[in-house]
Amino acid sequence: MRRGIMIAAASGLTLALAACSGGGGGEDPTTDDATGEETSAPAAGGTLTIWADELRAGPLADVAAQFEADNGITIEIVQKNFDDIRPEFLAQAPTGEGPDIIVGAHDWTGELVSSGVVAPIDLGATADGFAEVAVNAFSYEGANYGVPYGIENIALVRNDGMTDASPTTWDEMVEAGEAAGGEHVFLLQQGDAGDAYHMYPFQTSFGAPVFATDESGSYLPELALGGEAGAAFANWLAENGSNGSGILDTAITADIAKEKFANGEAPFIVTGPWNISAFTDAGLEVSVLPVPSAGGETAAPFVGVQGFFVNAQSENALLANTFLLDYVSTLEVHTALYESGGRIPALTEAADAIAADDPIVEGFAAAGEVGVPMPSLRQMGAVWDFWGTTQADIISGDASDPEAAWQTMVDNIQGAIG
Amino acid sequence: MSTVAPSETPPRATTSHARELNRWWVVKLAVMALLNAGLLYAAYSALMVQEWAILGFTAVLLVVVNWVYVSRRMVPAKYLLPGIVFLLVYQVFTMGYTAYIAFTNYGSENTIRKDQAIEQILRTGDVRVEGAADLPLAVVRDEAGDLGFAVVVDGVVQAGTAEEPLEPVGGATVGGNGAPEEVPGWTVLNLGQILEVQSEVTALRVPFSDDPADGWVRTQTGSVGFQSSPRYSYDEATDTFTDLTTEVVYTPNDRGFFAAPDGSRLTPGWPVTVGFENFQRMLTDSRISSALLQAGAWTFAFAFLSVATTFFLGLFLAMTFNHPGVRGRKVIRSLLILPYAFPGFLAALVWRGMLNNPYGFINSTILGGADIPWLTEEWLARFSIIAVNLWLGFPYMFLIATGALQAVPGDVYEAARLDGASAFRQFRSITLPLLMISVAPLLIASFAFNFNNFNLIYFVTEGGPNIPGHPLALGETDILISVVYKVAVVAGTKQYGLAAAMSIVIFLIVGLVSWLGFRQTRKLEEVL
Repeated sequence: MRRGIMIAAASGLTLALAACSGGGGGEDPTTDDATGEETSAPAAGGTLTIWADELRAGPLADVAAQFEADNGITIEIVQKNFDDIRPEFLAQAPTGEGPDIIVGAHDWTGELVSSGVVAPIDLGATADGFAEVAVNAFSYEGANYGVPYGIENIALVRNDGMTDASPTTWDEMVEAGEAAGGEHVFLLQQGDAGDAYHMYPFQTSFGAPVFATDESGSYLPELALGGEAGAAFANWLAENGSNGSGILDTAITADIAKEKFANGEAPFIVTGPWNISAFTDAGLEVSVLPVPSAGGETAAPFVGVQGFFVNAQSENALLANTFLLDYVSTLEVHTALYESGGRIPALTEAADAIAADDPIVEGFAAAGEVGVPMPSLRQMGAVWDFWGTTQADIISGDASDPEAAWQTMVDNIQGAIG
Repeated sequence: MSTVAPSETPPRATTSHARELNRWWVVKLAVMALLNAGLLYAAYSALMVQEWAILGFTAVLLVVVNWVYVSRRMVPAKYLLPGIVFLLVYQVFTMGYTAYIAFTNYGSENTIRKDQAIEQILRTGDVRVEGAADLPLAVVRDEAGDLGFAVVVDGVVQAGTAEEPLEPVGGATVGGNGAPEEVPGWTVLNLGQILEVQSEVTALRVPFSDDPADGWVRTQTGSVGFQSSPRYSYDEATDTFTDLTTEVVYTPNDRGFFAAPDGSRLTPGWPVTVGFENFQRMLTDSRISSALLQAGAWTFAFAFLSVATTFFLGLFLAMTFNHPGVRGRKVIRSLLILPYAFPGFLAALVWRGMLNNPYGFINSTILGGADIPWLTEEWLARFSIIAVNLWLGFPYMFLIATGALQAVPGDVYEAARLDGASAFRQFRSITLPLLMISVAPLLIASFAFNFNNFNLIYFVTEGGPNIPGHPLALGETDILISVVYKVAVVAGTKQYGLAAAMSIVIFLIVGLVSWLGFRQTRKLEEVL
C-alpha cells in the first residue's frame, strides 16, 4: 500500500519535471526577465517586442523581417488597440514586463516621462531628415523621447459637388454653406461631452490657446484659455449653439458628422485625413482647405505627431534604438506607414514625394502649417474633460451664461492641475 | 455528503478505491502531474524574476497540494483545498493589495521602484552636448577584457574605457562605414558579441577627456556614439542627487521624490506609504466629498430601483406564465429570457444609440421625430438608465422567480381559497413571503452588483449629462464607482491610491447593506 503512494508521487514528479524542462527551455530568457540589470540575459538571438496598432503592424512586420535577417534576432509585433497601448504600457512597464517599443502619440510624452517608463532617445543626425514640428513634439524638458513617423491635423474638408467656395472666415463659410442649400451649413463633431480637439482651431482664432508658450514655442503649464479672448470665444459658441444659429450641435457625434457629410448633407466639415476614404468611397469629390477663422486671428489646429517610444526598462535598448533609427526612419518604411495609416510621414523626403501627387495630402499639410503641436505636458490630461464638457454645455444652452461657465471651467482646470 | 460516505464505510486497512491501479488512477496521476508541473513552472518563473513572495506562496502550495492529495487521510481537505486556494488568490490577495495601495500615493509620478527612479533620473539628465556631432563608433575590449569604445573624432581614432578617458590610438584603420575597423591593442567586437552585452554597452560611459566638464561618450546603437554630459550626479552613500551646474542637492522626501530645499523636485518618484491621507482627502477635499455624497445618493436610488423594478416585473411575468391556462408558455418563456442572453455591454451601447436625440431610433422613428432628451436631461437620463437596466435585468428575476414559484406548495393556495382570500391577498400573504425566503439573498446580491454596475453607466450615458461647472467634471448619472474611475483614473493625473481608498469605502458600504439585508432575511426564515 505504501508502494502505491510512492509510485504515484514519483511518477507525478517525473512527469512534472519533464513538462517543466520542456516549457522552460522554449521560453526565451530575455522576454520574461523583469529584474533589469542584475541578470544580464544573453541577447544574441533575443526577442524585441513591439506593440503596434492594426494600421502600423503590417508595415512594421516587413521591416522587422529585414532586421531579423540582418541581426539574427526575433521581433515580435503584438497588435493592440491604439487606445489600449498607453494604459497597458503604463501598467506593465514598471514591472519590467512591458514591450521594448510602443507606437504612440507625442501628447503621451509628458505622462510617460513623468511616470519614468520611457527612455530618452537621441535622434542625432537622423533628426535633420524629419519635419521640425515632428522632432520638437517628442522633446520634453530638454531630452527627446520618441522617433516620429507621422503627422496629422484636421482641416476644412469641402464637398466640391455642393460649392466651390474657399472661405477664409467663419462668416464667409456660413454664407457659402447657406448658398449651397444642404441640410446643414457646416458639420463639426461634438457629442454630449464636446470635442475640444475639433473645436480648437476656432478657439485659437480668438487668441485663446490652451497653454501659454515661452519664446521658443514650448508650452508652459500655465493656462491661457481664459481672459477676454476666452470669454469672446465662449460667447461665439453660444451664438452658434442651440439657442443661436444652431450651426454647432452637441447631437452631432463623430459618426453622425461623418455619415451626414458622406451623404452630401453639408458642404463643409472639419475633420482629419482618417475620414477622407469614407467620403471618396461614397463618391464625393472633396478638397482640403485651411480652417476658416472665426475670431479674426489665424485658426490653428492641433498638430499631432505619432511615433515610437522605447521602454526605460528594456533589456534590448540597443537593438530597439538601432531598429528605430536605422531601419524604421527610412523613406520606404515611412512611405509604407503612410500607405497603411494615411498620416503624413514625419520624414520630409517621404512627405514631399507623397504631397507632390496627392492634393488631399497637400491640403492637410498646408492646413497643418499654421497648426500648433498638441501640448504634451502632463497637465494636459486634466484639461480635456472640463474643456469638452464646458463647450458642450455652452453649445447646448445648459450653461446659460457662457462667460461665467468658461471662467468656472478655467478655475476647475486650475484646481485639477494644482 | 454522499461523496464522503463511501470512504468511511469500507474497511480502511485493506484497499481503498483510490489505490486501485485502474483508469481513474491514471487520470488522477495525470491531473496531479499537470498541477505539479504548473506549480513548479510558476515557482521557477518567480525565482527567475526574483519575486520572493510569489515563490514562497507557490512553494507552500506545492507541498500542501501534494500532501493533501497523496495522503490517505484528509478527505475533507481534498474537497476544500481548491476553494481555499481560489479564495486566497482571487479574494484575500486582491482585497489585501487594494487595502495596501489605499495607504500609498501610488499614481502618475509614483509608479516605479526607487532604484528604477534613480536610474531614470540619471538617464534623462544625460543629454547630448549642445551641437556635438555623431561619432562613428566601435565597441572594443582592452587587454584586460574591459569594455570600451573606439570612436573617430575629427578623423583620428581614439579609444578608452569607463576608467581611461579617450586617447588617440596609432595605426588604427577605419572601415567602410566610417567606424574604426582595427584598433591595435584593442579587440573590436562584432555585432553578435555586442548584442551579448548590450545592456553594458548602453550603460557604458567613456570620459571624453581628462576634464570631467567635457562629459563622456555613449552610444544607443553600438555603431554611432556622441558626446553627452550628465546633469545630475547620484551619491549612493548619502542617497542624494546633485545638480552639477547649480550645485543644488536633492534629498529623498516623504512623498517619494528627490526634492531640493526650495521644494523643486526631480521626476519620476516612487510610491511611498502616506497613512490615512487618501481617506482624509475624501472628507476634507470638498470637491471629492460633495461629489461622493451626491453620487452616493443616486447610487443608492439607482441600485434600489433597479432591483425593485426588475424583481417586480420579473415576478409579475413569472406568475403570469406560471399559470397553467396560458398557452405557449415554453415559447414565451424562452423569448423572455432573450435580453439575458445578450451581452450586457452591447445591449447598453445599442440602447445608447437608440436613445440619441434626435437621431436615435426611438425619437426619430417610433415617436415620429419627437424631441425628447432621453440621455441629456438630468431626470430623463436617470429614468433611461433604470429603464435600460430593467430591460437587461428582468429576465434574470423572471428566471429565479419562476424557479421559486414551483417550490411553493399548491395546497397552501387551496387552503387560502377555502378561507376566502382574494388573489391579491394570496399574493401578499403567501406568494411573496414564501418567495422571499429563497429569493431575498439573490436580491441582496443583485443590489450589490448594481451598486457597482459600472458597465451600464459607462456605456449608456458615460455619467452624463454633465453637471455644468462641476469641479471634477462629473455628470448627473455618475454612480460611486464611475466617480472613482473619473476622479482617480481618467482625469489627467492617475491617483490609484485614492482610487483604492474610495473602492474600500464602497466595499464597506456594500458590505454593510448586505449584512443588514441578510439579517432581515434570517428573520423571514424564522417566520416560517
